Amino acid sequence: MTSPHTHASPSTSRVMQWVVAATLPGLVALISFFGWGYLINVLWCVLVAVVTEAAILRLRKRPVGFFLRDWSAVVTALLLGLALPPFAPWWVSLIAVVSAIVVAKHLYGGLGSNTFNPAMVGYAVVLISFPVAMTTNWATPLELLDSPPGFIATLGHIFGFAGTVPDAFTGATPLDIYKNEIRAELATTLREQPVFGDFVALGWEWVNLAFLGGGLFLIWKRIITWHIPLSFLASLALMSLLFGHDPDQAVPVQMHLLAGATMLCAFFIATDPVSAATSNRGKLWYGAGIGVLLYIIRAWGAYPDAVAFAVLLMNFTVPFIDYYTQPRTYGHSKPKRGLPS
Amino acid sequence: MREVFDFPGGIHPPENKRRSLGEPIRQIPLPEQLIVPLHQHIGEPAEAHVKDGQHVLKGQVLASSGEALSVPVHAPTSGTVRAIAPHAVPHPSGLKDWCVIIEPDGKDQWQELAPCADPDTLTARDLLRRIRNAGIAGLGGAGFPTGFKLQASEKQKIQTLILNGAECEPYITADQSLMQERPGEIVSGLELIARILDPEECLIGIEDNKPEAIAALQEAVKDTRIEVVVVPTKYPSGGEKQLIRLLTGKEVPHNGIPADIGVTCQNVGTAAAVYRAIVHGEPLISRITTLAGGALTREGNVEALIGTPIRHLLAEAGYAPQRAARLIMGGPMMGFNLPSKDVPLVKTSNCIIAGTEKEFPPPPPAQACIRCGMCEQVCPMELLPQQLYWFSRSREYDKAEQFNLFDCIECGACAYVCPSSIPLVQYYQHTKGDIRRQREEQEKSDRARIRFEQRQARLEREKEEKEARRRARAEAAERKRREQEKAQQDANGAVPAPAASGPDLETLTERCDKAREKVESFRQRLSEAREQTPEAVPKLERALEKNEQRLKAAEEALAEAQENQNQAQGETQ
Repeated sequence: MTSPHTHASPSTSRVMQWVVAATLPGLVALISFFGWGYLINVLWCVLVAVVTEAAILRLRKRPVGFFLRDWSAVVTALLLGLALPPFAPWWVSLIAVVSAIVVAKHLYGGLGSNTFNPAMVGYAVVLISFPVAMTTNWATPLELLDSPPGFIATLGHIFGFAGTVPDAFTGATPLDIYKNEIRAELATTLREQPVFGDFVALGWEWVNLAFLGGGLFLIWKRIITWHIPLSFLASLALMSLLFGHDPDQAVPVQMHLLAGATMLCAFFIATDPVSAATSNRGKLWYGAGIGVLLYIIRAWGAYPDAVAFAVLLMNFTVPFIDYYTQPRTYGHSKPKRGLPS
Repeated sequence: MREVFDFPGGIHPPENKRRSLGEPIRQIPLPEQLIVPLHQHIGEPAEAHVKDGQHVLKGQVLASSGEALSVPVHAPTSGTVRAIAPHAVPHPSGLKDWCVIIEPDGKDQWQELAPCADPDTLTARDLLRRIRNAGIAGLGGAGFPTGFKLQASEKQKIQTLILNGAECEPYITADQSLMQERPGEIVSGLELIARILDPEECLIGIEDNKPEAIAALQEAVKDTRIEVVVVPTKYPSGGEKQLIRLLTGKEVPHNGIPADIGVTCQNVGTAAAVYRAIVHGEPLISRITTLAGGALTREGNVEALIGTPIRHLLAEAGYAPQRAARLIMGGPMMGFNLPSKDVPLVKTSNCIIAGTEKEFPPPPPAQACIRCGMCEQVCPMELLPQQLYWFSRSREYDKAEQFNLFDCIECGACAYVCPSSIPLVQYYQHTKGDIRRQREEQEKSDRARIRFEQRQARLEREKEEKEARRRARAEAAERKRREQEKAQQDANGAVPAPAASGPDLETLTERCDKAREKVESFRQRLSEAREQTPEAVPKLERALEKNEQRLKAAEEALAEAQENQNQAQGETQ
């Protein structure tokens, strides 16, 4: 046993639990605006994740209880549950979670050793494999429905035992609608569609603000630092103002920030420490890179939202960023750069 | 007010200092035995000058060394030397080291001292000599020989002399109690050190969690040019590099020492020891140490003789073994576990903690590093501890060095905040050790390679010289032979030897053979031409005739030469 002899910090398990707690406002907002689908998704994903994690830990001959208690599988599953379309069939979520836990995490060596964000690997796998299921199963805001689907009906739809929900319940996201229809219409006419609500996008703005609140809580608890969220949001906003300042041509900046998965990404996905850049300066570059890529794919790519791809692409750059963003150590005149020569 | 700078990172562990400040510094009664290690400082160990069974007086030199980077060791009390033998010493390795074991006679009788009531009469050189002879080594924890440090600083101009009274480690209050109770000794010691270094400014740095010490020192520095600078409480503000940055805004360069930027730093306890050495002539034979921890009923600061067994100190503080879970020398952040209670108090021991299980619970098993970066936020040296950890684990030592592993001061702030409770400092110590070992081996093999190459070059050179000598000898012999021949010829008259002037036998034989071959080839070509190309026959006949004549001439020349040689041989024989 060596120094230091004392220790005072929340454990890694506790850190993960705080992350879970911080997502709850967002989850509540999602459920209240878009129905039970999100809750069912989250619970289903967590169940699958815990079972998968336990099974693979057993296969890898690791102590199951010890590693399950780190709560990392729960966080991964929770993020997937929040990110996947609420009416996505059960097998879509299952494949996403299994890909995340088995492929992205354990095949790379388990918690701490994965190069890519596990939740986003899972998301990308199902987005590419099942594009229809992943784009048509978004929920129409409950406010716009005469008779919103109940818990059992939603459960039945997700697990396929109660036939299908009426088409009215599902649809594309506001980001998707705006992106595709702005070519034919003016912003003012487009915004008359009820999904855009009065403010940015009905329901979504509150969901994003709830995630923003949870994220600020994590910063206050010193579980994450401000670097990635700030540089990510700033670069996304800057890109949007530079290239999409005309709302009759492109998705406006407030929609980029407050519709879709932006805030979930800023505070809960991009900040996954394992797969993100590690130094403070590195985090700034990493977050900014995600913002730029997210805008590029949203504006000029085929996908209406692109958090998964933007994050995964930046995951590739992490070792490079880490070698070039060392802080200047005490007593050195300038920071060292790059690999040892 | 002076500007106080900041350093990045740092932590605020629970201080736990009040508990040992309840009563003033107590004196510890003489133990039955004193164990005085010969190597309590950085540098060369001292060599014992006393013998088994010899009676020594308090303050008498037990051991010293001729080396500059070393300090002598003195008898802490009068008594009899019982042994000079390896004994357990306070070191994390638990290894034994040479100690002089003294049985006190109870009289505590000083040897004759040489006090100096008016140190102003002493020169800087005298002061330095007295400091060296008093065996003073940094009392803050590192134990660097003070005389050596002051002498080294003398060569570079010192602008700022800093006394370190920050004492940022939890539990430890040894310096604090000294500052509260004996501020005069500290200030006098500082003034003496200033006489040696002649700095532009003298500062005493203290954390703001010690208001009584600050007040006492501020009172003591009145009418002097010394300034008491209060710094915010933050671990590790008492680290030399951090305190220098706090007080001056300057940084000790990488691989450099404070004197490089005109700063030198001494512990407040060291300054008091300097005062006692010079004014009272007393060598360093005792120190103030904090006894703390939940397993002691009487926590506090004690002044104890160097060499006092820890067991004795603990007994004096009401040690309850059934409650003790851990025994630490030093603070909870950078101290080390004591392997045994039989080790002695040494010049660098500022604290002994007998902690309960509740105070120091065993660390939970390490979880995976998730690179959360909390360590980075608290690192006072602005390193990336998480990266150093991964490089240490994967043994990518070149990368660990690229990420400045050797700038790590092992303060333990990173491990303190690590949510996965990874023993980070242990990883860094191990990696540093490995790299140092590799460097040594590399140096050794480099030396061996150079030696080998030099040997090869030497052998080569010797061979060439030998060859040159052989050639010279051969030439000399040849010259001699020619001279002899010439002399002989002169004696025989001027008849030139045909063998010597004309072509030799070998060439002639060769010519003969060649001519014969040509004749043969022409004969063959002629016979062929007679059958196939009759028009070429006359030309070939002429050529053959010519060659036959040449062959004949050659044969004649050869025969003549052979005859000449035979004659010559006949003559010499």
